Amino acid sequence: MSSATSVVTESRGGGNGREHPVVQWLNDWGGVVVDAIRAVGDFAIFVWRTLVWLFTRLPRSETLLPNFYQVGVLSLPVVALTGTFIGMVLAVQSHFQFSQIGLETRLGAVINMSLVRELGPVLAATMLAGRVGSAMAAELGTMRVTEQIDAFESMGANPIHYLVVPRFLASIFLIPTLTIMADFMGVVGAYFYSVDILGIDRHFYLYNSREFIGGYDLFVGIFKSLFFGAAIAMVSCHRGFNCTPGAEGVGRAATASFVISFVLILVIDLFLGILLDAIYYAIWPAGARLF
Amino acid sequence: MVHMTRDNPLTTPLLRVDDLYVTFGAQTVLRGITLEIPRGQTLAIIGESGCGKTVLLKALIGLVRPVHGTVVFDDQNLAELSDRQLSEQRLRFGFVFQNAALFDSMTVGQNVAFPLRQQGYTQPQMIEQTVLARLAEVGLPDSVVTKKPAELSGGMRKRVGIARASVMNPELMLYDEPTTGLDPIMSDVINELIMRERHRHAITSVVVTHDMRTARKVADRVVMVYPVARLAPDEPQIIFDGPPSELERTKDRRVRQFVQGEAGERLMEMRQAAAANDRAHGE
Repeated sequence: MSSATSVVTESRGGGNGREHPVVQWLNDWGGVVVDAIRAVGDFAIFVWRTLVWLFTRLPRSETLLPNFYQVGVLSLPVVALTGTFIGMVLAVQSHFQFSQIGLETRLGAVINMSLVRELGPVLAATMLAGRVGSAMAAELGTMRVTEQIDAFESMGANPIHYLVVPRFLASIFLIPTLTIMADFMGVVGAYFYSVDILGIDRHFYLYNSREFIGGYDLFVGIFKSLFFGAAIAMVSCHRGFNCTPGAEGVGRAATASFVISFVLILVIDLFLGILLDAIYYAIWPAGARLF
Repeated sequence: MVHMTRDNPLTTPLLRVDDLYVTFGAQTVLRGITLEIPRGQTLAIIGESGCGKTVLLKALIGLVRPVHGTVVFDDQNLAELSDRQLSEQRLRFGFVFQNAALFDSMTVGQNVAFPLRQQGYTQPQMIEQTVLARLAEVGLPDSVVTKKPAELSGGMRKRVGIARASVMNPELMLYDEPTTGLDPIMSDVINELIMRERHRHAITSVVVTHDMRTARKVADRVVMVYPVARLAPDEPQIIFDGPPSELERTKDRRVRQFVQGEAGERLMEMRQAAAANDRAHGE
């Protein structure tokens, strides 16, 4: 029972335990709200402590490099593979509609724009959340359950500095490269399917691709990916640190880290998309182009 | 209990716990624990599973934050220290966890060397020599240095845990269930190591255990903690505090039952609970 609930219950004194439905409703929702505020506060403190350690003392290379390898090198093949297939799937799905109105040569513009601004970053982030974020939550959760995190503290080492900061740095430094890889392979996959399988004219496909995509579009995708990487690392590490005991607790931490990360990726994507578009139109009104 | 005078640093308690309360949500695990541990003493904390022994041990070094009360180590109140000061203080403690809590991603050598590196030692040769010497002290060969904890038996893991905890020559060693899950021979090896650590390095030790053999063998003094849920509201949680030889002579039935390993009224309670459950389902 939440503390809010218990306070109200206790304040009613002995009684027969049956409460008025309105009081019960207030109890239930009050408890939910208090728990939610506590969870957000706990997460905010966790992020703050990570940032404080990030700027206080950099982690040692022996803690950084394995995380860079895990996040970057080991994620690259799966991001490249999914990027390629997403590009080809987009070509398959868009071709029918565009060919109905005789605009199939514009496929490159539409697909590449979607990939570079939205699908590339979101896909790379989703793969990172699934492949690396869940593993982070499970690994740190297991360390919590087996008292390894307590062992760090007992030896005067701060577990946030030792375990969280390297994962955070690896995620924010390497997610842009994964995003670029997803963008590139998606563009290549879409080009291959559109030109070599669907038979769209190579010259017009490339011309339209070049004409409608600018440097700002690429910047938007990469810029957003930094926030995705930060969110994935923070959520996953926080879930791992607050893992409940047992195998079920570890499993739940891994699942929750992916679900929360994915929801956050989409929410951040929406709000950053709106913000970056507003900035673009404020700096270059009437659709002027950066490049 | 040992009589102490405040003026003499050698007889001043190394650790003082005063009116300690620890709660998890609505559950009170520790209630009003007051305890003093003089320098050089080995204290065994006994009690049934779930009575709060491990929580008390973790509270002693600030791994669990009390809701009330103080833990004073060498005249410093741990609650008043910043995170950084607390981390520095913790280098004066050695903690052997129940399942050793060795870092899975590191080798045995890296595990034992961790506190040294944490303290800023960088010379590889010195670190290697210290690690090998500590492993030899706990009876482990050089060949284990490159092994991962998963490749070791339970007894070896415990010994690596002791080597890691003692590598910085701590003033206070804390052992959480050091012999749980080990065969009688390996349990005795661990007991011998606890005694040897104490004598060789003049360490103050706190051993949490429900193994009476361990408590009798290693401890100068035994404290028995009782679960809060089973106590009357004004009853102290520590129901025994004295030398191991007094355990047999105590008049407290709860202590005698624990020492002799008798379920006593617990069996009756279990039967009553099962009967109540049957009645509830019958209705």
